[in-house]
Amino acid sequence: MSTYSEEHQHFLKKLKRRKRSVVLTQILIIVLFLVIWQLLASFKLINTFTFSSPWDVIKTTIHLFETNQLWNHIGITVYETLLSFLIAGIIGLVFATLLWWFPFLADVFDPYLTVLNSLPKVALGPLIIIWVGASMHSIIFMALMISAIITIINIYNGFVSIDKDYIKLLKSFHASKKQIFFELILPGNRGNIINALKINISMSLIGVIMGELLVSKEGLGYLIMYGSQVFNINLVITSVVILGIVSYLMYYVINWIEKKSS
Amino acid sequence: MKPILSIQHLKKNYHDKNDEITAIEDITFEVNDKEFVAIVGPSGCGKSTLLSILTGLDKESSGTIQFEKENLKIGYMLQKDSLFPWRTILENCYLGLEINHNLNDETKERVLNLLKTYGLGDFINKYPNSLSGGMRQRVALIRTLATDPDILLLDEAFSALDYQTRLALSDDVYRIIKKEGKTAIMVTHDLGEAISMADRIIVLSKRPSKVKKEYIIEMKDKKNPIHNRKCPEFSIYYDEIWRDLDVHL
Repeated sequence: MSTYSEEHQHFLKKLKRRKRSVVLTQILIIVLFLVIWQLLASFKLINTFTFSSPWDVIKTTIHLFETNQLWNHIGITVYETLLSFLIAGIIGLVFATLLWWFPFLADVFDPYLTVLNSLPKVALGPLIIIWVGASMHSIIFMALMISAIITIINIYNGFVSIDKDYIKLLKSFHASKKQIFFELILPGNRGNIINALKINISMSLIGVIMGELLVSKEGLGYLIMYGSQVFNINLVITSVVILGIVSYLMYYVINWIEKKSS
Repeated sequence: MKPILSIQHLKKNYHDKNDEITAIEDITFEVNDKEFVAIVGPSGCGKSTLLSILTGLDKESSGTIQFEKENLKIGYMLQKDSLFPWRTILENCYLGLEINHNLNDETKERVLNLLKTYGLGDFINKYPNSLSGGMRQRVALIRTLATDPDILLLDEAFSALDYQTRLALSDDVYRIIKKEGKTAIMVTHDLGEAISMADRIIVLSKRPSKVKKEYIIEMKDKKNPIHNRKCPEFSIYYDEIWRDLDVHL
């Protein structure tokens, strides 16, 4: 823009250059990593049977695609994750609201929530399978155990940390509890709720993969487990790579929704 | 003339696990219609507690509070403007009306007029974070006036502002309150503010507080607060009340 001074243009240019060098360095690192990995494999400096190679990963991916397994496994994992994300989000919002509405409940459940939150939920895995059965239900249940508790706690903490003066102000207008909630607590926690949902989606994915590792016949977690059992390391590493891409994309979508809605 | 508000032998105790603290021992005073009363006292003397009780946010332990008529409306203005950052200036001013289900064309019109009259007309669709501290506090006053209260309670309303803004704003607020014909009770720790604005000053003792003294502020040439600060009587009152407060470090 011609209205900017030379100094400002210089500043903008510097900013742009920096951003470009960050991206270039990022690309360089991944390319270097892949090339070295491939070279080590090609010259038989590492055993491809246990360490695989980029080329093997690509071949395995293509194979999965050609045998119509790729989208199926990705789809199942994404579906389970979104489902538990959605349910955990609803549970989190509803329970946080209840705890806010009835401080007595909040006091009563405080130690239980703390214990449930700090308990490594994977320890419940075997029990969940016995109780809920070896199906997708126990995977969702597992994911919910991990994501719902932390979502409740995060949203509730946001609710109670609203500035007391705002509440005082509304009370001076004789606002009801319902009005305080809908006029202040909810709109005042927009950012906090979105943050809780961001954590929720990561937690849901962790829970789903953990569940799939324990019990499943489909999904990326299943592929990893199956691959390791038949000692097909190509399959294991391919699944991990795909999982990495899927989790990044999910996080990216939430971020995008956040930007769109603000 | 019948007072608009009459407080008789008000007492307030606070309880916690280990202790019972008497914040207010015995306060009795009256406020007349359209009067501007300032309450001063050493810090922690229960000034804000008194306002909380008047607003109904807190309950008195004993004593009586009588308003001239039932359902007298009270407007409360706090130290922090507490404007909702997700609402525009206009929407912030509608808040009280919305809460009371009283938002209609007539009240909307009145709020809009208030904003325009007091120099905020260009900002109605802006969000609070784009306004200066003094302007935000002016919006807070109009939000309070929007519900057309009979009595305004100002709780250290200017304390968060820098000195110049504070002088200018107290002048503004004084004009607005007088022009709108409101009764006001102001709690402040700033003697200058109290003397320059109030018709009457009630001095409270330290906790547990009682009414220590009452001053009717009379100046030969009494006008607006900034002007009043230059009157000869100002420093006389200042000295006297300062001695009453008995401040020790």
